[in-house]
Amino acid sequence: MNEQITHMTKEVTAGKLTRREFMGKAAALGVSAAMASTLFADAARAAGPKKGGDLKFGLQGGESTNSLDPATYASSVPFQNGKQFGDQLVEVAPDGSIEPRLAESVEGSADAKVWTFKLRQGVEFHNGKTMTSEDVLKTMERHSNEDSKSGALGIMKGIESMKADGDNFQVTLTEPNADLPYLMADYHLIVQPDGGMDNPGAGIGTGPYQLEVDEPGVRHVFKKFANHWNPDFGNFDSVEVVVINDATARTAALQSGQVHAINRVEPKVADLLGRAPNLTVHSTAGRGHYVFIMHCDTAPFDQNELRLALKHAINRQELVDKVLRGYGTIGNDMPINAAYPLFDGSIPQREFSLEKAAEHYKKSGHDGSPIILRVADGAFPGAVDAAALFQQTAAQAGIPLEIKREPNDGYWSEVWNVQPFCASYWGGRPVQDQMYATAYLSTADWNDTRFKVPAFDEMLFQARAELDNDKRKDIYSQMGHMVRDEGGLICPMFNDFVEGISNQLAGWESDPTQEMMNGNVSRKMWFA
Amino acid sequence: MHPILKLVSQRLALGLLLLLGASALIFGMTEALPGDAAQAVLGQSATPEALENLREEMGLNRPALTRYFEWLGGLVQGDLGQSLTNKLDIAESVGGRLSNTLFLAFWAAVISVPLAIFLGLLAVRYRNRWPDKLISAVTLTTISIPEFLIGYVLVYFVAVKLGMFSPLAMINDSMTLGQKLNSIALPVIVLTLVVLAHMMRMTRAAILNVMQSAYVETAELKGLTNFKIIYRHALPNAVAPIVNVVMLNLAYLVVGVVVVEVVFVYPGMGQYLVDHVTKRDVPVVLACGVIFAAIYIGLNMVADIVAILANPRLRHPK
Repeated sequence: MNEQITHMTKEVTAGKLTRREFMGKAAALGVSAAMASTLFADAARAAGPKKGGDLKFGLQGGESTNSLDPATYASSVPFQNGKQFGDQLVEVAPDGSIEPRLAESVEGSADAKVWTFKLRQGVEFHNGKTMTSEDVLKTMERHSNEDSKSGALGIMKGIESMKADGDNFQVTLTEPNADLPYLMADYHLIVQPDGGMDNPGAGIGTGPYQLEVDEPGVRHVFKKFANHWNPDFGNFDSVEVVVINDATARTAALQSGQVHAINRVEPKVADLLGRAPNLTVHSTAGRGHYVFIMHCDTAPFDQNELRLALKHAINRQELVDKVLRGYGTIGNDMPINAAYPLFDGSIPQREFSLEKAAEHYKKSGHDGSPIILRVADGAFPGAVDAAALFQQTAAQAGIPLEIKREPNDGYWSEVWNVQPFCASYWGGRPVQDQMYATAYLSTADWNDTRFKVPAFDEMLFQARAELDNDKRKDIYSQMGHMVRDEGGLICPMFNDFVEGISNQLAGWESDPTQEMMNGNVSRKMWFA
Repeated sequence: MHPILKLVSQRLALGLLLLLGASALIFGMTEALPGDAAQAVLGQSATPEALENLREEMGLNRPALTRYFEWLGGLVQGDLGQSLTNKLDIAESVGGRLSNTLFLAFWAAVISVPLAIFLGLLAVRYRNRWPDKLISAVTLTTISIPEFLIGYVLVYFVAVKLGMFSPLAMINDSMTLGQKLNSIALPVIVLTLVVLAHMMRMTRAAILNVMQSAYVETAELKGLTNFKIIYRHALPNAVAPIVNVVMLNLAYLVVGVVVVEVVFVYPGMGQYLVDHVTKRDVPVVLACGVIFAAIYIGLNMVADIVAILANPRLRHPK
């Protein structure tokens, strides 16, 4: 039998056997459907990408209020749309390195203050125009000027000046930053003709697919752009992004073959769904984390002893098992995990300990009045359950937690970053510097734990200017210790991206940066 | 002026006034919700700077009354304006969604209304015997189960297991009528099951009421068959309450099906409205609200007029 299987997989690799024929023959040999499916996927991968077919996504995270303007992207469907029609200057590769896209190469000055992007020549926009360094400059200006409402505005702040110079685009920073290329890989920074100054929502970019139908909240259809600069990107004739916000409808659509890829598979159904023969559930460890945040400058959380008491009173493993159903890893009260470059794995894991919790609680001298934890379902999936589990273990340590349910609607404007203790989530960032600069720098707008430690800020800037990776790693390790032991962040868990992919597709690779292979499914996968 | 014409014009004028009141109410309520469109759009990523820029761009810095009357002025000229969040023309996007909603409601009504009335007549014909009991039991069961559950059950067994029909009721302009009907089959079935009982029970009760009358007894003595008596003599006299309940259900089919839309991912008005309420996109919420109110008021008016026309005593007042 083995010989026959080997022969058949060779035929698949040579493109002589279709999936249907392969499965049929394998079944005749007594191979189970799941096994045959895996064999076929391996063989198809060896055969290399094939062109053609219409790819359909079924995605959570789209609304009829969505715009194609990259500056407004804040959820999954707009993110995915941007990846179809647009390119950034550079992209973060699955291994965490920087991969060239519209920039062929990037070079920093010795002091990491001036960065020069050498732009690819002959890149064509979907409207027929050729991309110039002016377009790049205008794009970056639109995301960083005073009128900007861009989601990338925060990361563009450290820029002193930018200039377009022939084939080059140059950025000068106010302070040195060794991670600037990572900032330029942000998914908002899609290069648009004339920077999108005139019509930002037109959906015109340089991406492998061009916009055909735009029905926000319903579907977005893209067709293959023949003149894309990289013929290896984009194996499909068309890509359709269907908005399916209901989790049950999404899994039904994948099971019945109406769509080929879905995001946000609910952990509680992931195991069951994975048993279906025609699809695979992929779980990818990412940088996103579910958290409870305390304001370090508001009583009673201004007492570090109380913060430590709460940090010890949460049973991390239980949360990972019950809330994430195992699709995640435990956190260590800092926003960084092993998915980040320059992560120090030797920082000790904080353990669940009722004795220590009780001890710290006693030292804090808290008067015993209930500590109010605000939570809504929308804070993160399972947030209310997680809070209830937290309340139980805290009570065992003698800490009175009181859960206050808040409506999903308005949670991010009325509760998060406003109330002193609430549930929240972070999507993670490609590098440590960006994560810390976004939410732990004293002056950061989103410093949602009110963590204001001058020594920490100093180390952050010091690490930025440091080009020696060993020294940087050392500084980041110290910063990690600091947030873990003094910060207002209770980080019980890092969640995986759990996604369902049809077995008709081949070429999956795990990418921790963002969900759906960092938006590269339509570029890199193909119909086997 | 003919009394019927007078009545219709009076009702129309009253309806317009109601619409105005409804729009003011909707505007006031949306304004009263915490947060505004700028905050909702930026969400967790809101910085004070970006927030201010976006408010300026959306024109949210102007007083609420100014914005309301501007919107009203536009509406009078037939201009619904632009969505705050994605800058699309509201009339265009609402138009597409509305026609989808009406399409679904139409086919659900085409199936459910005649079926409900027929089942009602059948129940009266076999009153208190097993067909009557069976009809009541089945329809009351389906109305008691939440529609999303019926939806999920149908999706799982019919679409996923049997492979009939599609679990997603996605329709678009490039589909033929046949494809569209195939695509909306499951939601139509769910909606039919949900509205059937109400109309069927009302038909049954109204006709039974009339069946006590002397003229029905006369008809019986004339030797007419049972079904003919119901159909020819009882039904016309029971039309008023039946039309009322039918119109209520039609209004529900247009206005109240957001849950079914979500389950079947149907691109109708309900989900569209909910999205824009969450984003505090006031002009769109107003447009949808006014359309929904207009449909509700219109259908109720039709019910009243039909009830009057069906009753000779009201048709020819002294």
